[in-house]
Amino acid sequence: MGARALLGQVMMRDRELAVATAAELASNELAVAEAGSPRRLALGLLAWPVTGPLIALIVLFAVFSLTTSTFMNARNLSLIAQQSVVIGTLALGQALVILVSGIDLSNGAIMVLGTVVAGSIASPGNVILALVLGFAACVTAASINGLLVARFRMPPFIATLGMFAIIAAAARLYSQSRSFPVTSDLLSILGSGPEFGTVTITYGTLAWVALTLVLGYALHQTAWGVRVYAIGNSPTAARLNGVNVTRVVFSVYALAGVFYAFAAWQALGRTPIADPSGYQTANLDSITAVVIGGTSLFGGRGGVAGTFIGTLIVLALKNGLTQAGIDSLYQQIGTGALVMLAVGADQYVRRGYRA
Amino acid sequence: MTPAAGLVMQAVGLSKRYGHIVAMEDADFELAQGEILGVVGDNGAGKSTLTKALAGALLPDAGQVYVDGEPVRFSSPLDARLAGIETVYQELALATQLDIAQNMFLGREIRKPGMLGSVLRQLDKRRMRQQAAEQFHNLGIRVQSIRQAVETLSGGQRQAVAVARAVAWGRKVVILDEPTASLGVRETRQVLDLVCRVREHGLSVVLISHSMADVLAIADRIHIHRLGRRAAIVSPKTTVMSDVVAVMTGALPPDAVVSAAFAPAGTRGSDRTLTRAATAAPRP
Repeated sequence: MGARALLGQVMMRDRELAVATAAELASNELAVAEAGSPRRLALGLLAWPVTGPLIALIVLFAVFSLTTSTFMNARNLSLIAQQSVVIGTLALGQALVILVSGIDLSNGAIMVLGTVVAGSIASPGNVILALVLGFAACVTAASINGLLVARFRMPPFIATLGMFAIIAAAARLYSQSRSFPVTSDLLSILGSGPEFGTVTITYGTLAWVALTLVLGYALHQTAWGVRVYAIGNSPTAARLNGVNVTRVVFSVYALAGVFYAFAAWQALGRTPIADPSGYQTANLDSITAVVIGGTSLFGGRGGVAGTFIGTLIVLALKNGLTQAGIDSLYQQIGTGALVMLAVGADQYVRRGYRA
Repeated sequence: MTPAAGLVMQAVGLSKRYGHIVAMEDADFELAQGEILGVVGDNGAGKSTLTKALAGALLPDAGQVYVDGEPVRFSSPLDARLAGIETVYQELALATQLDIAQNMFLGREIRKPGMLGSVLRQLDKRRMRQQAAEQFHNLGIRVQSIRQAVETLSGGQRQAVAVARAVAWGRKVVILDEPTASLGVRETRQVLDLVCRVREHGLSVVLISHSMADVLAIADRIHIHRLGRRAAIVSPKTTVMSDVVAVMTGALPPDAVVSAAFAPAGTRGSDRTLTRAATAAPRP
């Protein structure tokens, strides 16, 4: 093909482009491109990120109620709720941290420290003081995480991994590896509650729901919440818009400590003994619950409703497989597969948006 | 010195060094009320450094910035913002997962009146959406919904959101850093139209751009940056594109083009202090 023909083609295209441009300028419209169907699907999922986890939970309930006779009844469901409260409360703090693109590997250890501090002071001693110092221990430890990540810009993975080792050892040193039975009513109150026949709705269950609602309000109805999502989305954008990123990230880690403290209180309600070597898998379980609940590990996407459902999925799976008489190792395999599925779905949704 | 009248923003003798690297050397700058000032320069000429100094993202080693004739010192972007100067950064600075209204009000959210706002700190989402929609309407930007996540928008629409936000908050000056860099032909045209409407709203615009065509299309005056300082400031009415490029690349001495400067140029002496007086006489 000759150079002249090529030039002619190029000029043609330019002219078409110019005509198109003029026509579009006349309408002066920055219209949204027509969405293809895979994109629309991704859009729908994104509009309500709870959709996926909710469907998973319903499927899980359906399967277990068909395959076992003991799963689907009020008593067992209230039991699942009770089994969920410790991980569920812990996961609320974890979700908050993950929303700002962080991760907290130390929350299980911090919770255990809280139980040991409260348990040791209460046996024997002032119960109120025990509770207050237990809370203080959790919030202080979590605030150190916040300081390391927000102020000293350490990668959250490393900062909290270090804190995990330090806090776990500190709890053992402090308690000299002893465990403290808890006899106080106040410390174990979250394990009790009004009974309806064989069904018990524990105060712990109610507290878990209440904490979820409060955190949901803070995230979706306040400026702080918008900023948390903005930072998880793009710290640079948040900073350029005048958001004090350091302060918000610190507040996230410190506030997560409050949830870890509640989790410690929940733990004493579940099993009234403060054991420095307990809850070894609580940390990973909390991350699992958050991820299965649809919160993105990249930050800025997800929230507490999903985390609530994610916790129920993890615990219902455990409970259901136990009812069905399946080895607990298969439970772990099931949970692991679910995590991969959740992260895979998250990445699919994110890619759909880049396209 | 007495800053020239009618200039909303002026800078005299700005310098910035990073170790041995001179990013800005005795650079002058002026922006008249209600104009679009194009800023052009080759890669590495120091446009970015100049922009950052004006936007408060960087503190110059020497020189003085004036806003409405008053000397100012911006130690953070917030200072510049409080002085009425908004910047739209090249990387857009949008939180793409938030919706348009949330982005418009990010960092400046409105709370509900009464106890709901003061005690429960509840956001007034309705009012923010309403104001964002009004702003979009005034600027002639159309989107499906103000509640759309920014990630669902096209590049041009995103740029429009960023510009709308700057216009909403900027009381005096809007600085646009390469607003059309990643856009197609049609979207570029739309953003340039938007910039012209910003001028109609009475704001002054600094348009930093690589695209000579964009700048010549809408700028009232053109600031040509070269080797860390302003080589010349010209009017597109008296200077053709090839001469602008020639000055920009050094093929033509700055004296060879007709200066459109309002204020007297700063000295090029070696005794630069933070607030030194300009001694040069006004150009004819």
